[in-house]
Amino acid sequence: MSAVKSSSGAEDIIVIENLNKWYGNFHVLRDINLRVKKGERIVICGPSGSGKSTTIRCINRLEEFQEGSLVVDGVEMINDVKNIETIRKDVGMVFQHFNLFPHLTILENLTLGPIWVQKKPKAEAEATAMQYLERVKIPDQADKYPGQLSGGQQQRVAIARSLCMNPNIMLFDEPTSALDPEMIKEVLDVMVELAQEGMTMLCVTHEMGFAKKVADRVIFMDAGQIVEENEPNEFFNNPQNERTKLFLSQILNH
Amino acid sequence: MLKQKTLEQTKAAARRNKGGRSAAFYNNPEIRALGYQLLLVLGLGYFFYSVISNVLANMEATGIKTGFGFLTASAGYDVLMSLIPFEATDTYGRIFIVGFLNTILVSVIGIFFATVLGFIFGVAHFSHNWLIRKVAVLYVEIFRNIPLLLQVFFWYFAVLATLPSARQSLSLGEAIFLNVRGLYVPKMVGSDLFWVAEVALAVAIAGIFVLRRWAKRRQALTGQIFPVFYTSIAMVIGLPVAALLLTGLPFTVEYPELRGFNYFGGITIIPELMALAIALSVYTGSFIAEAVRAGVQSIPQGQTEAARSLGLSEKRIMSLIIVPQAMRVIVPLLNSEYQSLVKNSTLAAAIGYPDLFNVFVGTALNQTGQAIETIFMTIVVYFIVNMVISFLMNRLNNAVALVSR
Repeated sequence: MSAVKSSSGAEDIIVIENLNKWYGNFHVLRDINLRVKKGERIVICGPSGSGKSTTIRCINRLEEFQEGSLVVDGVEMINDVKNIETIRKDVGMVFQHFNLFPHLTILENLTLGPIWVQKKPKAEAEATAMQYLERVKIPDQADKYPGQLSGGQQQRVAIARSLCMNPNIMLFDEPTSALDPEMIKEVLDVMVELAQEGMTMLCVTHEMGFAKKVADRVIFMDAGQIVEENEPNEFFNNPQNERTKLFLSQILNH
Repeated sequence: MLKQKTLEQTKAAARRNKGGRSAAFYNNPEIRALGYQLLLVLGLGYFFYSVISNVLANMEATGIKTGFGFLTASAGYDVLMSLIPFEATDTYGRIFIVGFLNTILVSVIGIFFATVLGFIFGVAHFSHNWLIRKVAVLYVEIFRNIPLLLQVFFWYFAVLATLPSARQSLSLGEAIFLNVRGLYVPKMVGSDLFWVAEVALAVAIAGIFVLRRWAKRRQALTGQIFPVFYTSIAMVIGLPVAALLLTGLPFTVEYPELRGFNYFGGITIIPELMALAIALSVYTGSFIAEAVRAGVQSIPQGQTEAARSLGLSEKRIMSLIIVPQAMRVIVPLLNSEYQSLVKNSTLAAAIGYPDLFNVFVGTALNQTGQAIETIFMTIVVYFIVNMVISFLMNRLNNAVALVSR
């Protein structure tokens, strides 16, 4: 294994340095620098097209980047299948559109990774899966298919599916944006619970209530750059950058 | 109060209308629909009655007897190729079976190679290699856009007919010969203990199912993944070879030999069969390639991303996520492609491959004049064959169908 140990402090679980990414000639990410400590909860917000989703998708290599470095839990993200798979096993991800596997039951969705990636016995994988289904409060749906569940239930299944892989880091890419208002709460409750247990989390979200409640840091991005970052109290009550002020006034005053 | 009254009035009006108090009976939509259907049935009945009685009268006038008696009469002509022993003195009934088997043979070969070609070129469409991608596009665009009959002629007259004569045959290791009269390959002729190898092959094939079940159970119990695919291949090749070696190679190989102007011995594949099988495979393969492409493209990118984020390898994403979902789009399309291939195999008549249509509706009808019987029997065969294909593909479709709601 050609994993490279990070030279930075041991407590930094994610270290992003001078990360740049282009789509053709379009410069989507400009000099992103971000250090995340173990157990830290970070909320990333910003207008659409600002590069917030792209940033967290770089962390588990759903997107490639052209310049800069990225180290996750001591493993450097380089163009090496072993490194990529090691990082992906360590990082869970929840998507805006859930992306459950429609041809598998809920239980099979949850056990797929443990069985085929971690090579766990079926009974053990199923027992773990049922534990996580209990935690997201839908153990009774285990034998149904994703198409039979509501959006909120599907997203909770998606969170449970990631947790079954026992990740050290969880990425949330607008997890509540595709949900009806009354379903947002049930998903946020699960996320809050997870945050309280000390999971390292990076959430791209516009749920400012969630940010105030659990975030250690709020990051504001615009035009592919990190414009401002601060702890939530300061961020919401005393934003420094003009762009941040405009954004907050737009999403908070309605 | 006012609102309620209006509602009552509306309901009363609706009741009056439904009762049809004012309408004439011939304006009632139900009676009208019934009337039209009655007229149609009467019209169709008269049409078929007049057609059939006309045909019967004509046949009587020309002295043709109706009925299936001709099936037991001697045919008096030979066929180019037969999978069962056949002589010119055999009956029309036997010709029917010979033609049927030849149709099944070319259909099975065609379906097999069309599926292989289709899946290879369909998946090649998604290759990261520019050249492979372009070759896949080229293949589909060329063979999908040329009439099949033209392609049959191309392979028969432009490719196979230009091969050298028997004396100048192309040969591979002095064992396989290709010339204008066909492809000649060696035949394995077993002696006394050859059955051991045959049993070994059967055991190996049965063993695959046992192995799969065992591997699945072991994985469920211990989590270890067993390489079932490669072990299966090793078993199917290895077991019969081992059996042959242990029993002291109990077979002789019959090589094709040049005698006079042609090769004899071994297995002969006539150019008519080759041309038709190649044309059907390549043509249908181009459609199947498009079906496969459609199937894979129908799966949202999010499925791959979710599987990647779980740490699954690209190979496992393909076999566990992409293929099972793509199949539900591909299978119904495959069904109609397979049925088309069977029906298109009647183009055999154009180059003289003795398929059912050619030997039965062609020659047998010509010689006996039993148009109704021969055409009816042939229709029934194609109908049944395609129903069987439909039945099997629908079973497969149900197996890959998606549950929602």
